Amino acid sequence: MTIRNTLRDYGQRYRPRMACLKKAEKVLLEMQDPKTGVKSQPQRLVITTIPHAITGEDIIAWLADRFQIDTQEARKFGSMLVALGYIYPLQDHKRLVVKPDASLYRFQTPYFWPTQQWPVEDTDYAIYLAKRNIRKKGILELHEQEQYNRLHKWMNHKWDFIVMQAKEQYRAAKERKKPDRVVFDCQERAYWVVHRPPPGTVSAMDYGLDRRVDPNADEAKTHDFYERIMIFTQQSIMRPRVKSSVSIGALVKYCATYNSHDPFLSKCLPSNPWLTDDVTYWTLNMPNVEIPTKMRVERWTFSFGELLSDPRGRDDFRLFLKKEFSGENLAFWESCEDLKWGTAATMREKAEQIYKTFLARGAPRWINIDGKTMEITVNGLKHPHRYVLDAAQTHIYMLMKKDSYGRYLKSPVFKDTLKKAICPEEHKFTDAQLDQNAKNRRPSLSPIILRQQEQEQRAKMAASATVDITQLCRFTTPVPHLAVYSGITDYPSANASPSLPFLTHTPACPSPISVALDSTSASERRAETSEGEGEGNPQTRAPIGGNVSKPRMAFSLRRLLKRGCTPSTMFASLSPKCPSAAGTSSRIQPISPDQPTQAPPRRIGNFFQIKVDIPPECRIYPIESEDEEEENRAASRSGVGAKEIICPWESLTPQNGMG
Amino acid sequence: MCDQTFMAATFGPCDSCGKTGPLMNIYIKNEPVNYCSFCVEVMAYRGLQKGETLETLRQESDTLKKKLEEERGKLNDVELHQVAEKIEVVGALSIKTRRVLKGHGNKVLCMDWCKDKRRLVSSSQDGKVIVWDGFTLNKENGVSLPCTWVMACAYAPSGCAVALGDGLDNKCSVIPLSLDKNENLATKKKSVAMHTNYVSGCTFTSSDMQILTSSGDGSCALWDVESGQLLQSFHGHTADVLSLDLSPSETGNTFVSGGCDKKSCVWDMRSGQNIQTFENHESDINCVKYYPSGDAFASASDDATCRLYDLRADREVAIYQKDSIIFGASSVDFSLSGRLLFAGYNDYSINVWDVLKVTRVSILFGHENRISRVCVSPDGTALCSASWDHTLRIWA
Repeated sequence: MTIRNTLRDYGQRYRPRMACLKKAEKVLLEMQDPKTGVKSQPQRLVITTIPHAITGEDIIAWLADRFQIDTQEARKFGSMLVALGYIYPLQDHKRLVVKPDASLYRFQTPYFWPTQQWPVEDTDYAIYLAKRNIRKKGILELHEQEQYNRLHKWMNHKWDFIVMQAKEQYRAAKERKKPDRVVFDCQERAYWVVHRPPPGTVSAMDYGLDRRVDPNADEAKTHDFYERIMIFTQQSIMRPRVKSSVSIGALVKYCATYNSHDPFLSKCLPSNPWLTDDVTYWTLNMPNVEIPTKMRVERWTFSFGELLSDPRGRDDFRLFLKKEFSGENLAFWESCEDLKWGTAATMREKAEQIYKTFLARGAPRWINIDGKTMEITVNGLKHPHRYVLDAAQTHIYMLMKKDSYGRYLKSPVFKDTLKKAICPEEHKFTDAQLDQNAKNRRPSLSPIILRQQEQEQRAKMAASATVDITQLCRFTTPVPHLAVYSGITDYPSANASPSLPFLTHTPACPSPISVALDSTSASERRAETSEGEGEGNPQTRAPIGGNVSKPRMAFSLRRLLKRGCTPSTMFASLSPKCPSAAGTSSRIQPISPDQPTQAPPRRIGNFFQIKVDIPPECRIYPIESEDEEEENRAASRSGVGAKEIICPWESLTPQNGMG
Repeated sequence: MCDQTFMAATFGPCDSCGKTGPLMNIYIKNEPVNYCSFCVEVMAYRGLQKGETLETLRQESDTLKKKLEEERGKLNDVELHQVAEKIEVVGALSIKTRRVLKGHGNKVLCMDWCKDKRRLVSSSQDGKVIVWDGFTLNKENGVSLPCTWVMACAYAPSGCAVALGDGLDNKCSVIPLSLDKNENLATKKKSVAMHTNYVSGCTFTSSDMQILTSSGDGSCALWDVESGQLLQSFHGHTADVLSLDLSPSETGNTFVSGGCDKKSCVWDMRSGQNIQTFENHESDINCVKYYPSGDAFASASDDATCRLYDLRADREVAIYQKDSIIFGASSVDFSLSGRLLFAGYNDYSINVWDVLKVTRVSILFGHENRISRVCVSPDGTALCSASWDHTLRIWA
């Protein structure tokens, strides 16, 4: 054949996913061992005798024996060797598989193995096709004909050379003995079937995209290469490790714990939907079902993380915390998660709001963390960062894990859930029923619709809520400033997932907020965006605002009535029954574009922030404390900023202070 | 079960420049210091000191590496198969193909499950992306991208969007899904990430707002979806990164990546620090996947082995290999309990390994070309495999 250039190493080391070739070659050498290899004998094929032919059965039997595997796997292994061109079929030469019968195969000569250092080149292929064209007197197979024409066009400049080569090779072949010639023809043909497969067939030589890094390139190492290794290794050496027996023991224990929950290893009750085509299992295990299954509740006891990662479990835990009056811990943790994984645009506002809601002295949902963590956090908040609250979050997480979680598992809330939990009976379908199920596969609701429904549900609950003074006591802490997601205080069943960026694109009627936004002051708008951030949909933005502003409304309404003054604009902006106010948050109600109408609810928000100087042990606000509130309110109204919660790194500006 | 970085101080003032930010916990002469990533870079580039040559540096780093191996060996008191001796063997599995998903016109390169346990997204070499309801086999959305080789795809946690990593234009984009089957979603495509070489893997973090990508340019990166802003990049691989996986633990601050430099690295997402590296494979690492508890991970490599690394013991604890398996493993995933390891191979088969006993328990035949991806559904009820034979199969 032609002289090849070996400039680039096109061998297995360069080709991705071809590390198998060296191993395949080893097996192949074993197979060709005269004593222990696959038996071969000369075989008559049509009119010629072909030396060293082997049968498909023998290949499979040898492989099965050599690797101690069953025939199916041995057949697959053999087929791979054929597909890579190490063994080629003598009869059905285009189907590169091993047939488990007496059909004949031969070992390919190492010259044509795929590991050679040269690339498979079009010139060689053109020569081969030209040669074949001469021999077959112009009758090539269709795809070969197409290739031939294409190459002719493409390599027109050296076509003379190609034809000359082909003629020369053809003449040289004629001088060989007939069996040799036939064997060489077969080998060459097999090579090209592997490397230029007919269209529509699978090629084992296909390896996907080239890698960027050429493993053969010898890159000069610079000093920073070693410096990096040293920095990293030093740190690795100092890294705390756990005894293998302990850490591996934990892995084993994990398997044992979850064994009965693994559908591949145990029955899943009532039945695996993929096996029976019955979706009851999924229906019973919807994220927010009213009554969970026994298995699901059992998983909550495995670890605190398991409880938190299940939305239903988290709701249950939230309910428990609410009864313990420590709901702010979970809410804080959730808002930290929201900050960490939320969008970058509103990160700064969110961090501030979390500080104001949870961390500042006397914050409405104040959480208790140690001084050092606090210091780091407060310093960090000067330049807010996604991870600024990490230390505080870790602290609270450990607190919940070590303390609340244990008590939760012993609490009546958990016991009640466990008692109510259902244990579905196993499905016993007959074959006929299974057929029926398979025919009646129903589509499920799209996650997009589920998401919308969830939001509508929340909106409805918010809208239908009546102004009820007694409701006040239902809240452990009133929520003043829900511009940031600070946990659900109201509906334990509502889903707390805080992110949904894309629904803004779904066809929805334009929210009044987007219209109103133009008439809102800058600070309002900022707060608004950070509120909307959690729930990207303008449609749901409003209900959530409405939802959380309920306690606020209740408060202010009560106060207004008490004082006997009913400024109509303000009333309209506060009453959820007023149609214009029903759909949207009171805070941004665009009654008039002037500042004054927006101010009152804003002030009420401040009023709540101040109010929570009450010691944490009496977090329920008795109605009797109203007088005190009244005073505070008056104070805040008159613009006293002393008790105002502001971030420590900010000066008291009118915008941040009073709005 | 908290991941390795959980308790480490990673936010505060840098010991070198004093700026407050995410910190790397490193050691200088066995003294712990907290540096920001910039100061670590400065340290690496400080240049040759007096009396130092490349050769002395090389020797020094080799000595350190040896020391590390010694340290790792110190607490190595037992092997996995010894601990697992008393564990019951896995019974016979009856895993069969339950669905065949046909519709792609070329090699299927990647797939990902939706959190709703039945939907999935798949991408193929001809640039087509299909969102399926795997249960009814209904194609819910189809997107034809102008680029070929969509090597990575991921379903958003909300189920309302998908992310696609492209092999030829080096971008990762996010497409919001729609209920309208006929809508041309390609027009809603939003480019988020931009690498300098092909994108080999992508995944959303715990929200729809961030994606993490790995690329042929040797880096991984965390991006803000809305603004396309680069939040953090991860450098340390010396060749193409082929795969990444996010820690399943609820405190998930880490992810693992594997690539053509035969290394798998564990990263702290906050500071960009490479906290653990394992270099046991003899060839490219095609896939990495966390053990469900988050305390270990498995890797699949072209050297025809899969390996399990225990992160707390800081070493390789098992090699899943067999004489009869000589073709590279392309993808791995664990069953829900972590007991079974499903591994897709380039010889068109899927092997099922018993993770604890380190034996093969089953082999799944069905595909007619390489397996590009195996993925267990979120509730563990099924396994989906994507293959170069243009189809996907769901096994249960």
